[in-house]
Amino acid sequence: MKIKHLLSAADLSREDALAVLDTATEMAAMAGREVKKLPTLRGRTVVNLFYEDSTRTRISFEAAAKRLSADVINFSAKGSSVSKGESLKDTALTLQAMGADAVVVRHPAAGAPHRLAGWVNGSVLNAGDGTHEHPTQALLDAYTMRSRYGRIEGLKVAIVGDVLHSRVARSNVYLLNTLGAHVTLVAPPTLLPVGVEAWPADVSYDLDAVLPGVDVVMMLRVQRERMTDSFFPSEREYSRRYGLDLDRLRGLPSHAIVMHPGPMNRGVEISPEVADSTRSTIVEQVANGVSVRMAVLYLLLGGAP
Amino acid sequence: MTKARHPLSNEERAERRTQVSKGYLLKGVRILGGPAADLLLRDGIIAAVGRIGAATAKGAEVIDADGLVALPGLVDLHTHLREPGREDAETVESGSRAAALGGYTAVCAMANTSPVADTAGVVEQVWRLGREAGLVDVQPVGAVTVGLGGERLAELGAMAESAAGVRMFSDDGHCVHDPRLMRRALEYVKAFDGVIAQHAEEPRLTQGAQMHEGVVSAELGLPGWPAVAEEAIIARDVLLAGHVGARLHVCHVSTAGSVEILRLAKRRGIRVTAEVTPHHLLLTHERARGYDPVFKVNPPLRTQADVDALREALVDGTIDAVATDHAPHALQDKECEWAYAKPGMLGLETALSIVVTTMLDSLGWDGIAERMSRTPARIAGLAGHGQDLVKGAPANLTLVDPQARWTVDPAQLASRSRNTPYAGMELTGRVIATFLRGVPTVLDGKATR
Amino acid sequence: MARPQVDHGGVRVERQPADGGKADEGRVVEGKTVEGKVIIDGPNLARIVDRMAHQILEKTSGARDTVLLGIPTRGVPLARRLADRIRAFEKVSVPLGTLDITLYRDDLRLRGARAVGRTDLPTAGIDGTRVILVDDVLFSGRTIRAALNAIADLGRPRQVQLAVLVDRGHRELPIRADYVGKNLPTALSENVRVRLVEIDGIDEVRIEAWRSLDGTGKGDR
Repeated sequence: MKIKHLLSAADLSREDALAVLDTATEMAAMAGREVKKLPTLRGRTVVNLFYEDSTRTRISFEAAAKRLSADVINFSAKGSSVSKGESLKDTALTLQAMGADAVVVRHPAAGAPHRLAGWVNGSVLNAGDGTHEHPTQALLDAYTMRSRYGRIEGLKVAIVGDVLHSRVARSNVYLLNTLGAHVTLVAPPTLLPVGVEAWPADVSYDLDAVLPGVDVVMMLRVQRERMTDSFFPSEREYSRRYGLDLDRLRGLPSHAIVMHPGPMNRGVEISPEVADSTRSTIVEQVANGVSVRMAVLYLLLGGAP
Repeated sequence: MTKARHPLSNEERAERRTQVSKGYLLKGVRILGGPAADLLLRDGIIAAVGRIGAATAKGAEVIDADGLVALPGLVDLHTHLREPGREDAETVESGSRAAALGGYTAVCAMANTSPVADTAGVVEQVWRLGREAGLVDVQPVGAVTVGLGGERLAELGAMAESAAGVRMFSDDGHCVHDPRLMRRALEYVKAFDGVIAQHAEEPRLTQGAQMHEGVVSAELGLPGWPAVAEEAIIARDVLLAGHVGARLHVCHVSTAGSVEILRLAKRRGIRVTAEVTPHHLLLTHERARGYDPVFKVNPPLRTQADVDALREALVDGTIDAVATDHAPHALQDKECEWAYAKPGMLGLETALSIVVTTMLDSLGWDGIAERMSRTPARIAGLAGHGQDLVKGAPANLTLVDPQARWTVDPAQLASRSRNTPYAGMELTGRVIATFLRGVPTVLDGKATR
Repeated sequence: MARPQVDHGGVRVERQPADGGKADEGRVVEGKTVEGKVIIDGPNLARIVDRMAHQILEKTSGARDTVLLGIPTRGVPLARRLADRIRAFEKVSVPLGTLDITLYRDDLRLRGARAVGRTDLPTAGIDGTRVILVDDVLFSGRTIRAALNAIADLGRPRQVQLAVLVDRGHRELPIRADYVGKNLPTALSENVRVRLVEIDGIDEVRIEAWRSLDGTGKGDR
């Protein structure tokens, strides 16, 4: 892999993306072993720089780095110098001084990883920047699809929900397109960005029309705050028009799978029965996250610094 | 915060006065790009033009201006000098120096200082600081509403009557969005031939906005600032101005749609004028890729189609003037995440070069003088500026080397701040000298004080 | 794992790694390969594999409780051939697996992160067994050291042995093979190239000489 940072799923060529998925497959084999550790990144330091609360993603990256024998330093915004107003640039210089080989950053402002990449020598991994991107989520989603279907090319994927504010949607649209899948975005018009026509994906306002034709339906989390901002009138109406419940599950082809990046709003975009059904890959996605993140860390850091 | 201030000593003042009375002979200038001629500046006015004999020019300091183009001193309708309140970013003095180096002899200083320039006291303070610096005529702009709050009219009359002689009022930085209040303001200033300069932005359509709403903002995941937020306000305001018979000035027009509305308004005889910034004549929203906040500005950089429409409008006069919207920001306000950065770009020292580089062919030197000097002087009511370079006129002029190529280096700019979007860019045209009422403020490309 | 090649119009130029391609430590000098000579041809390669299979059967007294682990790339087909010949000679089925050592290499920082190959252990595992590692060329010994580290994380064999097709000398670690197809003394500047039908379409072992373009002679360690 030639790239130094992973800031956007669009940074990955088809070869790079497949390299991640193939490596992740090997990494996944480790989960069954007694000694779940590889010496590959011994002596390297990975810093988790999380400006947003996200225990799940942070733990996933932490587990991935530790399984590769890297040293992990967790830097969370709460109660740290960051909450006292330290700028991103100063934090970056501190990390630099600590000798961070890689910085995994989650930040509420889009583009923060890009700025960070200009201030540190190590590799920067975007773990979610505002409403921009979340590349490793897209990679683990692709990995999950491939493990269920054996391929990505030609798969028909529907991404449903708040596309406007979703970094998961953006990254997935890029990556799935790179890997040859076909994406349809389904959302109320208020939750689609102006300019979505330029994206490599189809757009529909009608979930029921799209579901019978898909192999994968990916539900996005919808935030309750969007209601006060008049993106949709009520949870009830949103759920009725865009939620995945048992009736709609039956409308899916029998082989289709249901995905969700989490955390879920049970009862809003996805009903509890669907979330817990065998068609849902939600729990696997979490496990796959560790293998995929191990693969990314290895490919970015495993070679020459 | 202490400021370094070096007022001229009495000796220096005396020497300056003597020289002014002895004069400056500018040899071989090309007035508005025309044939070479000589200009004699004496006692603050243009004493002679054409072939000037040695006897006439006795005692005058000779300046070889061979190949240089002479323009009436530029007038900026829209500058932020940040003093009082943010002297870490800019002061009246440093901003004046930047202006003089950009060929300006007068600038209108916007009111969004701290405290806001919404009283006679503050506008007089700014006016006085400008005179003390002595590098450019600083004409304060008064706020339309108290504290820029958009709720109550500020004492516009008092500001007009003050020593600062305010004629242009603006809440720039904020929009006067309440239509009723905007109507009152438009009507009220008719009494003293004032003009309201509107920052057109419907705030409820731009909440949390970071850049132009379009294809790039969708990709970058940044909330968008739709063109309609500007156009809707301009449409409303031109109709209001027409209805109450008042003058209206529109700040930093940035969209093709706004241009169409202005064309329609002017055809109807509505007394509206408009300005465009140099950066909106050149840069597009593609610059936001990479998330460098030096390109974050309000109104935002937009599409190439908008840039093309703005250029066309500047040529055909739908847009009356180029105004810099010079907006200095301290390092910590720009060296950060895009969302946390303050919007705004430097403009005074690069404005003329940007216009020369991009639009000399379509405007010509006379057109540049019209858009950057004569018309803005008229809109701002600055009688001593924007006058043709003829015998008897005030000696407010700038000499430009049309062939000079220079690369913009943020560290070399006179401004206290560094947020120029043109860093590393090579531009054509450079100011070599600027004269304010016959006193040189810039000689040999350097400020005289 | 192709070595980077530069084409100088007709002459195939290769960046000469110090040890024939397994672990690229040390200086890299650009040079030119001279097509070497064949040391082992197809028929002889088959005879050597047969001999090694017999040796394994002899030394292990029948190859019971034994597992063959091939190290990718060419150790894998070699291990398969050994298992086939052992079955042909004495009807013993020796479990077969592959062991990728990329993630255990001690020289990762010197080259780019390489693609990870398959690790497939036989279903019964390796605990308590005799593991015979199989590789094509034994050189510095670093690959085998990495393999030993990998095995330690995968289980606890009773014994680990090593079978290689070619031992070309120049060990950097105290590692030796139990079963050697051919001992081949080489110069550091030379390259041992093993080709197998399953991967390269032909069975042969060649020594390639290498001359640096700047005339400084052999590549350094």
